[in-house]
Parts: sequence; structure tokens; C-alpha cells
Amino acid sequence: MDLTTLVKDDKMIIYLSGEIDHHTSREIRDGVDRLIITHRPKAFILDLSGVDFMDSSGLGLVLGRFRKIKELGGEMYIANAGDRTMKILKMAGVDKIIKSVECRITNQE
Amino acid sequence: MNRYNNQFKITFPAKSANEAFSRSLISAFSTQLDPTIEELCDIKTAVSEAVTNCIVHAYAKETDERKKTVSITAYIEYDNLLTVKISDRGCGIDDIEKALQPMYSGSGSDERSGMGFSIMGCFTDKLSVKSKPGKGTTVTLKKYIGKQHAAKK
Ligand SMILES: Nc1ncnc2c1ncn2[C@@H]1O[C@H](COP(=O)(O)OP(=O)(O)OP(=O)(O)O)[C@@H](O)[C@H]1O
Ligand SMILES: [Mg+2]
Repeated sequence: MDLTTLVKDDKMIIYLSGEIDHHTSREIRDGVDRLIITHRPKAFILDLSGVDFMDSSGLGLVLGRFRKIKELGGEMYIANAGDRTMKILKMAGVDKIIKSVECRITNQE
Repeated sequence: MNRYNNQFKITFPAKSANEAFSRSLISAFSTQLDPTIEELCDIKTAVSEAVTNCIVHAYAKETDERKKTVSITAYIEYDNLLTVKISDRGCGIDDIEKALQPMYSGSGSDERSGMGFSIMGCFTDKLSVKSKPGKGTTVTLKKYIGKQHAAKK
């Protein structure tokens, strides 16, 4: 799992790609948390457009990062979640807690 | 038409790397039913949840690595009904009703949302759980697949 990151001022975008399950989520969590601690963004955007599989472990990952960012006084957003990913996020009511935004990273393709 | 027309059984170590393997496996087996992409995603996600639960919860206190195994049995009935049974020989579930509740998780330490069983229920046509404390758990998922094809026959 590569974490493509874009940091500008107090904004940070992380682009996740591939499959998020219990096996992969540990490494993703560690990577994302390291970036969060380093940059302490005011606004943190998690771009999920490259995620082609996600199960409840992904929910844990997203909600865990939401709590972490809150603790540090920042705000978290979700961007570009695919239909499947959004369906699972909605089942847990994540869409009501974390706002979705539209964004594009130019080097994402 | 035979009532039972295909099946497989497999046992593998309860290692997290096998979560992706179990998804590929059920995906490959289901292909013969001509599933839609949506149906394939549903069954993959549900199986992933059940297998992950065996790996995360069932053997949390087991020290003998050889005992940590997950078995999957899958069969097709009536040309369009897929049944998948995922079982472990782990700690079992004391209170199944509580475990099935959305947002309930018995593991406090990990980042778990407690949505596994809800997702399994939502993405299949039937979810049932049998468990004996100290003996193990079997989750049965049933899903009608390729309905539109079956209707044409
Ligand atoms: N195979 C199993 N063996 C023992 N306990 C289990 C098993 N499957 C589920 N459980 C228990 O049922 C609870 C609910 O399971 P569920 O999958 O819904 O949530 P979770 O695994 O805790 O979180 P999530 O699936 O969202 O990551 C678990 O926390 C665990 O206590
Ligand atoms: Mg689970």
C-alpha cells in the first residue's frame, strides 16, 4: 500500500489505494498516523477513490483516524469514496460524522 | 437438475494474509453462477468479515499455532443458491444475540467498529451463527446469485 500524500499549509491529503482489510489496515494505520503526527494538519482529507475493497476493518481505520485528528484539534474529511466504500461507510453512519468533500490530487492517476 | 451441483472444502491457518486469499477463493467459486459485479462484491465482503472474525477473535487466547485454523465449505444448490460456511475451533461466542448487534464489539483494545455481522447480514440473504463456548463458531451465509440468469432458463 502506497500512501500518496499532499501537504499544503495546514492541509493534508492522503490518497489510499488497494484493498483495506484487517491484514492491510495495520500498516496503513501506522503510515497515516506517522504523517498525521509529523504534519499535524488542521484539515485532513482521506481520499478513498483508489480503494477497490474495504470491509469493517476499513471502518475501524477511518473512525480511528477521525478520533486521532479530533484529539489533535484538526478536522477530518473523506473524499471520492466509491459506491461500495460509501455503502459500508453509511452502514456505520460514518457519513453523518465525517463530511465528504470533492478533491483532486493531480498525481493520483 | 441435481439439487447439489458443486462444492468445495478448504482448511487454512488463521493468518491475516489468508483474508485476501479467502476472498479470491469465494470469488473464483462463485463465478460459475454468473454473478453480477455487485453480487460478487457482496459475497466477497461477507466472507471476508467471517474469516477475519475467526482470525481476530476466535484464537485471541490460543497459544498452540497448530490449532489456529479456519475452514470454509461452500456449495451450490438449485443452480443459484450459494451457501458458505466459515468455521473455527476457537473460543466461541457466549452471547450470540449481543454479538450480532450493530456496533457491538467484544474486543476493546483493537480499532474494531462492531459492524462485521451487520455487513454479513446486509450483503447476503441469510446469516446464521452457531457457536459453543470453548469449542468454536460456524457462520453460515446464504445468497441467491445470478437471479436474472436462472429466471431465463
Ligand atoms: N469467530 C468468532 N469467535 C469468537 N468470537 C467472535 C467470532 N466472531 C465474532 N465474535 C464476537 O462477536 C463480536 C461482534 O463481531 P463483529 O464482526 O460484528 O464485530 P467486530 O469483529 O468486533 O468488529 P468489526 O467486524 O467491525 O471489525 C466480536 O467483537 C467478537 O466478540
Ligand atoms: Mg468482525
